[in-house]
Amino acid sequence: MLSWIRVTLVLLLASVSLAEDKVDFNRDVRPLLSGHCFQCHGPDEQERQGELRLDQFDGAQGAQGAIVPGAIDQSELWTRINATDDRQMPPADSDVPPLTSDQKDVLKRWIEQGGRYAEFWSFVPPQSAATEPVSDARWNQSRIDQLVYQRLREQGMQPSVEADRRTLIRRLSLDLTGLPPTRTEIRSFLDDDSDQAYERVVDRLLNSPHYGEHMARYWLDLVRFADTNGIHHDHLRDFSPYRAWVIRAFNDNLPWSEFAQYQLAGDLYEDASRDQQIASGFNRLHLIIDRGTALPEESYTRNVIDRVTAVGTAFLGLTVQCAVCHDHKYDPITARDFYRLFAFFNNFDGEPETGGRQGSDFRRGLQPPYIRLDTAEQAQELQQLDTQLSALDQQLKALREDVRKAAGDAKSLKQDQLRKVESERAEVSTKRTALDDSIPAAMVMRERAERRPAWILKRGQYDQPGEEVLPGTPGFLPSLPREEDSVQTRMDFAKWVVDRGNPLTARVAVNRFWQQLFGVGIVRTSEDFGSQGEWPSHPELLDELAVSFMESGWDVRQLMKSLVMSQTYRQSSAVSAEQYAADPENRMLSRGSRYRLDAEVIRDQILASSGLLNRELYGRSVRPPQPAGLWETVIMPSSYPKTYAADEGRAILRRSLYTFWKRGMPPPQMTILNAPTRESCIARRERTNTPLQALLLLNEPEYLRAARHLSAGLLKEGSDSDDARLSILYETITAREPNERTLTVLRDSLSDLRKIYSADRELTEQLCAGVDLPDQTARVELAAWTMTASAIYNLDLTRNRE
Amino acid sequence: MQHIVDEMHQLQARRRFLTTTGMGLGTTVMSSLTSATATAAGPSLPSGIDHVIFLFMAGAPSQLDLFDPKPQLAKMFKQPLPESVSNGQRVTAMTRGATQLIAPSMFRFSPQGESGLEMCELLPHLSKKADDLCVIRSMNTNAINHDPAKTFFCTGAEIPGKPSMGAWLSYGLGSMNRDLPDFVVLTSAFWTGGTRNVQALYSRLWGSGFLPSRHQGAAFQVAGDPVLYLSNPAGVDRDVRRRMLDAMQRMNQQHLQEVGDPEIRTTIAQQEMAFRMQASVPELTEIADEPQHVFDLYGSEVQKPGSYARNCLLARRMVERGVRFVQLFHRGWDHHNILPQQLRGQCFDVDQPSAALIEDLRQRGLLDRTMIVFAGEFGRTVYGQGKLERDDYGRDHHPRCFSAWAAGGGVRGGMSYGQTDDFSYNVAENPVAVRDLHATMLHQLGVDHRRLTFPFQGLDQRLTGVEEARVVHQILS
Repeated sequence: MLSWIRVTLVLLLASVSLAEDKVDFNRDVRPLLSGHCFQCHGPDEQERQGELRLDQFDGAQGAQGAIVPGAIDQSELWTRINATDDRQMPPADSDVPPLTSDQKDVLKRWIEQGGRYAEFWSFVPPQSAATEPVSDARWNQSRIDQLVYQRLREQGMQPSVEADRRTLIRRLSLDLTGLPPTRTEIRSFLDDDSDQAYERVVDRLLNSPHYGEHMARYWLDLVRFADTNGIHHDHLRDFSPYRAWVIRAFNDNLPWSEFAQYQLAGDLYEDASRDQQIASGFNRLHLIIDRGTALPEESYTRNVIDRVTAVGTAFLGLTVQCAVCHDHKYDPITARDFYRLFAFFNNFDGEPETGGRQGSDFRRGLQPPYIRLDTAEQAQELQQLDTQLSALDQQLKALREDVRKAAGDAKSLKQDQLRKVESERAEVSTKRTALDDSIPAAMVMRERAERRPAWILKRGQYDQPGEEVLPGTPGFLPSLPREEDSVQTRMDFAKWVVDRGNPLTARVAVNRFWQQLFGVGIVRTSEDFGSQGEWPSHPELLDELAVSFMESGWDVRQLMKSLVMSQTYRQSSAVSAEQYAADPENRMLSRGSRYRLDAEVIRDQILASSGLLNRELYGRSVRPPQPAGLWETVIMPSSYPKTYAADEGRAILRRSLYTFWKRGMPPPQMTILNAPTRESCIARRERTNTPLQALLLLNEPEYLRAARHLSAGLLKEGSDSDDARLSILYETITAREPNERTLTVLRDSLSDLRKIYSADRELTEQLCAGVDLPDQTARVELAAWTMTASAIYNLDLTRNRE
Repeated sequence: MQHIVDEMHQLQARRRFLTTTGMGLGTTVMSSLTSATATAAGPSLPSGIDHVIFLFMAGAPSQLDLFDPKPQLAKMFKQPLPESVSNGQRVTAMTRGATQLIAPSMFRFSPQGESGLEMCELLPHLSKKADDLCVIRSMNTNAINHDPAKTFFCTGAEIPGKPSMGAWLSYGLGSMNRDLPDFVVLTSAFWTGGTRNVQALYSRLWGSGFLPSRHQGAAFQVAGDPVLYLSNPAGVDRDVRRRMLDAMQRMNQQHLQEVGDPEIRTTIAQQEMAFRMQASVPELTEIADEPQHVFDLYGSEVQKPGSYARNCLLARRMVERGVRFVQLFHRGWDHHNILPQQLRGQCFDVDQPSAALIEDLRQRGLLDRTMIVFAGEFGRTVYGQGKLERDDYGRDHHPRCFSAWAAGGGVRGGMSYGQTDDFSYNVAENPVAVRDLHATMLHQLGVDHRRLTFPFQGLDQRLTGVEEARVVHQILS
């Protein structure tokens, strides 16, 4: 009882006890001041009380007024946090939690040690860390391992042994491609005796086209990629070319700097390539209201705020949107900083609301500006048709003139001719429209010729402009040298984002890749590197990774390879009760991480292992079956599309990142397993474990169909002994071999299921409906094996990455 | 039984924790609380009511025609709204630039019950419950369009991404039952006021935002499974499922021994809970066991699955079984034109069942522990939109004032609170912002809205947002 309160206390104390010796301002003190003081004594001028700010030492209102370095008795701050009268800080009647005695002790030691402020860690460019050789040779191969090992020893902890090969190949395959290994792939890894066996698997996976798909999926959460506009009618909005570009970018190993720059300002390159333009569609992925009820000026402002918010989360790891209405309460981001960023993105040359309900653009989910992605042939054909059309137009013009001038028989002759050419023109025109409609198009960013001015909006209200501002980067971050007298452009901003001097971009990116492979980031709050974010568990490691990432030319594939090649990554995830209690989330990395797979990976794993997966790449979104009536509970009568019409055939067997995503009602197979709605930018998903998830995985008809497909194949070919089949089935789904205890359970279960189905002909026929089988015996077999497969699919180890 | 008592203590401690300390519960802590913590049969909590039933009228009913009588406007038919009243306030794109001519309500109000609360003739059943109702006439909000206004009402923020009311409650108060979700959403499948101008709903209105997703509302479906994927697929029956779960449990246990991750235990528990839900949910949604007098109370529409009446009855059954927060969504209130005709239809849908819900809960001794709230996302304009006749008019969106009512759960009945000006255009007295209503609801549940927080994006986020919210003590008994 009440154990959860103890857990909380332990967590709080853990962060404090790290600081036993020397107090580190950023690690130990800033979070306390930020959490307990900044609300009234922080960067936000309007909320500031008592003309005191504790976020900086210097300045008229700086902490120098409240802290006398080394002299605890003369420090007003110390007096106030210990007061019990109305001078008490934080005030007893405020929302701010009081400081615990341990927290006070940290502040005391900090003041005694000189009360030094340090610039916030993430706002200072990363430096490569000095590493020392460690005693264990296996952990001396890479700087990653050395740093992790050092940290473990500091904590008095030991690393774990390397995981077995089956676990490793499953882990690698799921982590790098989101798909499980086949039995053949497992076999070839097990049979490879060379020292390069592991690296060979890594290289194979990193060069698989499915690597790009898997990497893209994380990015799509971050930029809130979806297939509808998300507000009001929630109409179709087709960004599939952008998705295809992201996949290709990862597969082509486009340097991260360019990946970022294309998206932020791809349209501003001289002679921008098609890809650069498609990538600039990043600026269009925000929610956008459809025309009719809102005020366009307000919608315009909303869109820009949403766009800038995405830039903050995706590239900078900053919650810049907190400064929309007022200066940030915790970080030094002023409203001015926000609206200077806003000014970069404020010049979109297009409508602030999506279009009316007529026309080809609406049908296709497009809104100008967009570019046609025609092939050379299509372009040629279009040109031919255009030539034809203009020739016909010439003819028509002449004929009309003739008709006007002619009389009598000649007139009716000319009229006949005219009608004929008119109908010919209509035919060609229809053909052209059809061709045009069939050509995919990508919505892109485009600048207005004349710059739209930007103002600091009072309280974030679109109709309350204050002081006018020019585009500019936040004052608290290193600035770029720039030519005097020229207004900075979005391209300047993009270059600033990926400049070596930018302290955030590389750290934020490597942290997310780390999170992808280890379950939790080095900075847990991967969306927030500001002062309310969490202190990194391994600051030197994060910096080391960031620096080497930049030095490699922002080489993502190389980074991923270095991470998965590390000993840290290869550890076994088995854990003892004591180990678990000491570090439940494995922040110290004394073992391999074990966590539930994402919704998409769970579904893709079922499709792939059952042999059903359609491995086609790119293209429009597809609609696998979902329970009837879901959209009907949310749509408006004129929403487009209005009903969920499931696709048929191979289309429903595509990877989950191609599933149609209606923001108002995303696919339940995904959201039940914590996929976000894609209405806002999400850098990390929650991982819960609920009965609704259990119901989904047990009862989803398509998942059961996959189990049946797999079982039918199993019964058709290969060995006919139960044990051999059970082993194959178990290995196909889990990549492991069943041990004797597991085999016993499966054997017993199989025999009971045979009995149940033998006794119930109708139930058996229902399960086998649509499969051509010779007799009832065969049906009972298929039914019993299908449910056995389904049980294995529902095992905890199948749903987890181990 | 012992574990139930222990869990009960835990829940009480958690509630104390939320009310007496400044700490929100972190995810780590919450994820360790994986299963239900008490049953409805357990001892009642030291303070606070247990349930809220939120009747959400999507599309925004007209306060002028239902709850905020302005009889003197009858004399001002088609006269321009004085500019001193509208004061240049913004309007929607639909009526921008149009002359604002007054459209008096064509419906009569009269004092009802011992309290003499003014009730509209369109609500005869609710009129009989006047002494239970507290009509708040001074509600106000910011957004002028449906989507942001609904998102604001349901999540405390206009921008999508925040947790909904019920998700916050599930997170903060935990579960009261072992077999059902904490937060259930019931949407009406049809409504009588006509289907033109029906506004969309979004699953974010009952989403968990940045809270763990197990706190999100379980939207019960009208057709098919009430809970998604509840039924066994064709060819699988309860025997097969049991046999399969037994095998899975043994294998999961073995694996737990091998790798030690206690999360495996949670998986086992949740698979068992899923199995129990396969029985408990149909038991909940199958209403055949209700006596005739209960059906009579709700009216004949209750026999139609997906009706508002059916959903009211289901809400009562859920509260009985320990569901903490039930939210009904009834659409069809966006009356830009032919308002009188459409309003009659909507009132036919909601009047009798809403009154029945109050009565039914009272008869079962649940009304004191259950707060019922009835509200739309904003109000409607005093000036007409479209055709303007005495008995045929429409009204545009109006966020500056609107009406809501509450009953049960410690709310004082037979009163109105707050006042609007002569035109039901501005709040004249005792404004109640949406966040104030949220704070009041939480207060009744025994939770201080300032303490129910979750750290996200650098802020201790809360349902009531960053602006000051107040508990409206004046409406509480």
